[in-house]
Amino acid sequence: MESHITHWQRWWLYGLTGLTIFFLVLPSLIVIPMSFSGTNSLAFPPPAWSFRWYESFFTSSQWLGATWVSLQVSLCTVLLATPIGVAAAYGLHLGRFVFGQAIYAVLIAALMVPVILIAIGAFFLFAQLGMVNTKPALVLCDTLLAVPFVLVTVSAGFKGYDFNQEQVARSLGASRLKAFFSVTLPQIRASVIAGAFFSFIVAFDEVVIASLLSGGDGATLTNLMFASLRNEIDPTIAAISSLMIVLTTVPPLIGHIVMLRRKRRPS
Amino acid sequence: MTMAAGLWHKDQVLLNGAALEADRRRENRQLLMLCSPGILLAFFLLCLPIGWLFWFSFIDAGGSPTFEHYSRIWNEGAYIQIFIVTFETSALVTAICVLLGYPLAYCLSQMSQKWSGIVMLGVLVPFWTSLLVRTYAWLVLLQRRGIVNTLLVDSGLVHQPLPLVNNLTGTIIGMVHIMVPFLVLPLYASMRSIDGTYLRAAANLGASPVKAFWQIYLPLSLPGLIAGLVLTFILCLGFYITPAILGGGRVQFIAQRIETSVHLFPTWGPASALGVVLLAFTLAILVLSQLLLSRWRRRLG
Repeated sequence: MESHITHWQRWWLYGLTGLTIFFLVLPSLIVIPMSFSGTNSLAFPPPAWSFRWYESFFTSSQWLGATWVSLQVSLCTVLLATPIGVAAAYGLHLGRFVFGQAIYAVLIAALMVPVILIAIGAFFLFAQLGMVNTKPALVLCDTLLAVPFVLVTVSAGFKGYDFNQEQVARSLGASRLKAFFSVTLPQIRASVIAGAFFSFIVAFDEVVIASLLSGGDGATLTNLMFASLRNEIDPTIAAISSLMIVLTTVPPLIGHIVMLRRKRRPS
Repeated sequence: MTMAAGLWHKDQVLLNGAALEADRRRENRQLLMLCSPGILLAFFLLCLPIGWLFWFSFIDAGGSPTFEHYSRIWNEGAYIQIFIVTFETSALVTAICVLLGYPLAYCLSQMSQKWSGIVMLGVLVPFWTSLLVRTYAWLVLLQRRGIVNTLLVDSGLVHQPLPLVNNLTGTIIGMVHIMVPFLVLPLYASMRSIDGTYLRAAANLGASPVKAFWQIYLPLSLPGLIAGLVLTFILCLGFYITPAILGGGRVQFIAQRIETSVHLFPTWGPASALGVVLLAFTLAILVLSQLLLSRWRRRLG
């Protein structure tokens, strides 16, 4: 006789899961109301409501300047990390190398090495080159951190793709490059977009390297936020945080929903 | 005549074979070239600087070889204390993540696709949210007069606000929040690939659901659990931002110590030695877990 556990007997499991999910989403839910607070305090719920912290963000040349630096660095990182990651994923997927595993390990090593070590290593390297506090130095470091994300997502995309299609295009006379861009890329584009988006987030959120390699007018947004959180908390951070939550969760949310819809549709 | 034709044919095959082999090699070289930008980047920004750190950790201020930096780490109580705090906190955070993450991943893997997609958002949204933003949120939540303390006092559970932030407690809460998705995502992926027929077979043979879970499901999910657990622990060892903000200066991790010694002292020796030790621990744990996992997989067939 098979025995089953009913849903009711598992209430504790569902309860624990619900509590964990609540724990995970709670901070994001708190920050947004906080940003509309009318007072200086960190009290919740705020005793009064206003847009003053948004106003203070959009009128501060320091915060806006740092945001601009972050956006520039992140976009350059996307433009650099995406092609590097896609090319490496393509090479590793089709190539038969003796050291294939080792190459993969080197390419994703930046995920495993503590960021502080990458930061002080890069600080030393760029100090030798006279490039400390320059945007190119930041872009290169962020690219190092972002490539593994592109590599992993795009490799997964290649696994679900039939490479015979590219062979067909090439046997019909297309060059490898043309075959890739006209046949392969359109079919793996979801994974490439996801990888590019991840590299944007990685670069935009990076704090440790930025706090060593940037400063003054070249400071990134996260660098300023970190300094503020360590010393005296500027409530403008609540407004910035809310904007960042919207910026980093809405695009993948749309992607997630589109993906769920597609899965549900019978093919 | 037939023999000559046969020879000619064989030559042709050999020639063709050689040409194909050369072609394959050329193609492989081209594919390797595609990986080279990433490899170069990793070489110049990762391998080279770490090589330098390694070098610096063995030379003194005058440039002669020395073990002084390492012996200082070993002999000074303050350094040992930092290592103990880092490892203990990381182990505790990993344990809490397993306690919260395993049931969550299990639940997710049992749900219908529609529901797991929705619940998964609860894991992914924080995962996508900036680490600084989440740390700030915990700072607000755990304040003396923050929501958590207000609720605790109002409900009569405690008489006065608990010190939840600017100490180790706050650091642990913030770290667990950041690390739970890192544990759940690989664990969920491995649980999804567990064949449900094993469990049905166990039930069919008379195992109670609890027994089937302990004897069948848990061992099958163990490789995924170990992979997630190791990732969580390693990432915890390198934490810098969360202890710096939520610890309020009272919690010092190895990474903070490295940063302060680079900022405060012009010499690189002590920071380099700390970095090398941190990296050595990280790599050792990674390699050991990989060995363990591959042995485990072989045993499971």
